Parts: sequence; C-alpha cells; structure tokens
Amino acid sequence: MGKYKKHTAFIIGLAISLVLLGVMLIGIFYTPYEPNKMNGSEKFMAPGIRHFMGTDNFGRDIFSRVLEGLKTTFLVAVSVTVIGSFFGMLLGAITGYFGGLLDEVLMRVNDALAAFPSILLALVFISILESGTYNIILALGIIFIPSFARIVRGEFIGQKELDYVKSARLMGASHFRIMFVHILPNILPALCSAITVGFNNAVLAEAGMSYLGIGVQPPDASLGRMLSEAQGYLFSAPWYALCPGVIIILLILGFSLINEGMGEQHA
Amino acid sequence: MKQIGKKTGTLIITLLFISFASFFAFQVIPGDPALSVLGMDATEQQVAVFRKEMGLDKPLLVRYGNWVWNFAQGDFGRSYHYRTPVSGLLGDKLPVTLTLTLISFSFVLLISIPFGILMAKFAESRLGKAANVVNQVLMSVPSFFLGVLLVLVFGLLLKWFTPGKYISYTESITGFLLYLIAPAAAIAIPKSAMVIKFLRSSVLEQRKHNYVRTAYSKGSPENRVLFIHILKNASIPVITILGMMIADIMAGSIVVEQVFNIPGVGRLLVSSIGYRDYPVVQAIIVYIASTVVIVNFIVDMVYRLVDPRIREA
Repeated sequence: MGKYKKHTAFIIGLAISLVLLGVMLIGIFYTPYEPNKMNGSEKFMAPGIRHFMGTDNFGRDIFSRVLEGLKTTFLVAVSVTVIGSFFGMLLGAITGYFGGLLDEVLMRVNDALAAFPSILLALVFISILESGTYNIILALGIIFIPSFARIVRGEFIGQKELDYVKSARLMGASHFRIMFVHILPNILPALCSAITVGFNNAVLAEAGMSYLGIGVQPPDASLGRMLSEAQGYLFSAPWYALCPGVIIILLILGFSLINEGMGEQHA
Repeated sequence: MKQIGKKTGTLIITLLFISFASFFAFQVIPGDPALSVLGMDATEQQVAVFRKEMGLDKPLLVRYGNWVWNFAQGDFGRSYHYRTPVSGLLGDKLPVTLTLTLISFSFVLLISIPFGILMAKFAESRLGKAANVVNQVLMSVPSFFLGVLLVLVFGLLLKWFTPGKYISYTESITGFLLYLIAPAAAIAIPKSAMVIKFLRSSVLEQRKHNYVRTAYSKGSPENRVLFIHILKNASIPVITILGMMIADIMAGSIVVEQVFNIPGVGRLLVSSIGYRDYPVVQAIIVYIASTVVIVNFIVDMVYRLVDPRIREA
C-alpha cells in the first residue's frame, strides 16, 4: 500500500514537472501575445477567453509574461543546479574519498557557510557583482556547491570501505576510476534527491530575490518580480498576483513530489 | 564537559570565520567606496577627508582588527549613505526583526508539534492521508507568496488588518504584535509543514521499534506510549531540524518584511544593497550569521540535555 502511494507521488510530481517543462518549451517559440506589449484599452482584464490569465496594469497579457518568467526561472534553476551539483560532486568526492587535512578544512568552511541563509549569501554576492540573470546564476551556483559537497562526501565515506571498492583497488583501478566509475553510480539516488531539493531551493531563491528587486532585472520577465509588481493591484486584479504565484508553487510541488517518490523507493 | 569546551571552541572559530569572510568579501569589490559615495566629480581633498572619516586610509589587517574590536563593543562603523553610526540604524530595526523571528518560531512550534503527532497517529486513516497531501502542498508555497495571499484574504477581503499600515512598537505594543501575526504566519506555515513532515515520519519510524511493542504489551494505553515513550525518541532529529530552521526563518523575514512593509533589518539590508552602503550590509550579515550559529550552539546543548546518549559520544 505504502509503495503504491509513493509511486503515485512520483508520477504526479513527474506529470506536473513535465507539463510545466512542456509549457515552458512552447513559450520559447510561441506566446499568445508579445510579453512586453502594452495595450491601454485592455488594462486589468479578468481571465477569460482572450486572455487566459487576464491582463496587468499596462494591458499586457499575463499568460505570455508567465511563460517568459517560467523560461527565466528554469534557466536560472537548471544552471544553478548544474553548477552546484557538478562542483559539489567533485569536491565531495575528493574530500570524502581522500579525507585528511583538505577534508577537515573544507568541512569547517562548509559548516561556517551553512550559517548564512542562502538568500542572504546571494544578496551579498549581488551587492558585489551587480544584479542580472547571469550574476544570479553565478552567485546561487557557487552558494549551492557546499550543500551538494556535503551530501556527496557523506555518501563517499560510506561507500569507500565497502568490498567492491576494495576489490577494484586490488585490481589496480586508479583513484579516478574508482571514484567516478565505481562509486559514483552507487550514490546516484542520493545525488538525484539532492538535485531535486537543490532545484527547488534555486527556484525559491530566484523568485525571492526577484521579488525584492535584486534578482532578474527588466526587461527579463521573472515570476518573483511579477508578484511584487502585482502586489499594488492585489484588490483590483488579484489574478495578476495569483497566476505567477501558483506557477511557482506547482514548479516546487512537482519536484518535491518526485523527490518524495524517489526517496521512498530507495529507502 | 570536555565536549562542551570543544563545541565552544568551534563556535568561536566559526564566529571568527564569519567576521573574516564578511569583512574581506567587501574588500575585493572593484571601485573606491569614496568615489561611489561622493560621485566621480569629488575633489582629491574631499576623497581624502571621506577616507579618513571612514578609516579607509589604514592597512587592511589593521582595519579588520579595528573592525572586529569595535564590533565586539557594539560599534558597527558608520553608514556611507546616511553618514550616521550603523548601530543607530540597526538599533530600532533589530527589535522588530527579532520579534518577528520569535513569533514565527513559536508559530512553527505551536503548529508543527501537535499536527505532526496527530498526523502520525492517524497516518493510516483517510483524513490523515488527505492532511499529508495538504501538507506537501503547503511545503511548496514560498513564504512571500503566502504573505501576498494573507494580505489578500485577511487584509483586503476580511479587513482584519490594514495591509502596509505598520504600527511601531513605540506607538502601541499590542498593535505592533497584532500586525506581526500575519507576516509571522506567512513565514511559519511552510516551515511548519516541513517540521510536521519530519516529526510525522520520525514518529512512524520509532513506532516500529521493540520498546514500543514492549510498552504496548505491558498494557500501556496508546496515548501514553505515544507521548511518553515515542515522542521522546522521535523529537531528537526534529530538534536538529528546528535548529536549522532558524536560518530559514531569518531569511524568510528578509523577504516577508518587504511584503508587509515592516521596517526591519531585512528592508534595511535590501535598501543598503541598493545604495551600496557596505558597512550596513556587513553589520547585518554578521548579525544574522552569528545569531544562526549561536542558536545552533544552544540547540546542540539542549540536545545533550534531552538525549544522554549524545553526551557520551
């Protein structure tokens, strides 16, 4: 019974994520309206046939803007997860596998970094680098490295004393080969779970920063930024805030359900 | 005792690292703060006066030493933008954010402990399963969007509070606290969902152990087993999560303050980043990170009280 339910969580999560991914991909090539095109005669139109999610204070089509924002969010979240997981994996593999002084030092630094909430660190980076989509990716990517490194390191420590690693070593396999050909496939479940969590944190951080006006800058659309713009018209045009917000929730929900489903299968 | 000494040592090293990182992060910034504050047209003399006033004419390590020393004494430097001491700027914002954090944290405790236990108790029932789904969705709601929703429903539709009309604690303590309820809820609800999930699975995990079967077989009623036996063991991993949550709650308050127009540390941070007012940014970062580290240290100590097994290790 429990297993059945977990499968359902995985499938629903995958479905939500794939639908959003599909919508985002379509949005790259086609949006119903020009996302930045203003139309004075169609301000604050409620969701309807002409405008699926209504229009905003400039008469812009919200659905088209959500598609744009979704694209930016995906770009940021995927890039951040790739940077964080790749370097985190390398760092975690080396420190976990070899141990020693380097491991000790890196882990101390890691602990101290964990004291900074990630959005705070990102804000610091941005105050140094100036805002903009690519700086956000860089900042969040670097910030996410330690959390991946910690997870991979733990897994490597657990695996490196196991018999298959010892046999590989006796067979004369190089350290590099043992780390990335033998051990890595065995820690994929943990890495995948870390990736889904990292993706969600990246979505949250990007949306939060853009909401604060420190993240993605106009003319790039962003779900977080739309939310902050919409707040002034909350009473007259609630759909303006609700649509991007619900999309953010769905994006996060999809990945957390996938994670939930995966976690239970390997538990 | 030896363990506590070691932990205290680590705490001090971590705090030093935080100060070091926060200080040097702002030294590598290209450009002269004097020029960015005074403008490109500033005369050499103006720049020299500004640099002297801000202590920028001394060597790096001396400045770091002075900065840490002054910081420890409550002098956080002078704001570039406002040209006033940072401590004064922070002084009236800190209590606001601290109160918001405390209320949010109490909400997390008040919501997550009863619901976590209830959801574990009724995990097999239809209602329990439905609650679990709702919980999963709540976990995915960003706190600032929840804030926007609360403003819409309770502020604009039900008119329980006036959105954006913040009441200072100097005006009315009750008004101030009442105004903080909605933002605290916005921060606390997604975090509570996370704690509920952990507590629920921790209780379900503990239920499988032999000591639970023993307790049942000697005739203890269900609630006694749940509250006396299981909860004590199940709460240990949850305490760790609660400790880590402090960082999240403080981060949440940075954003949620913006939603509810609360003049706290978060808003000061965001505006200071805009002005490139680095002394203020530095002070806030050190403040938040130190709070997180110190709270985690306290959590670690509480841990030892709850579970004697960790004391030995």
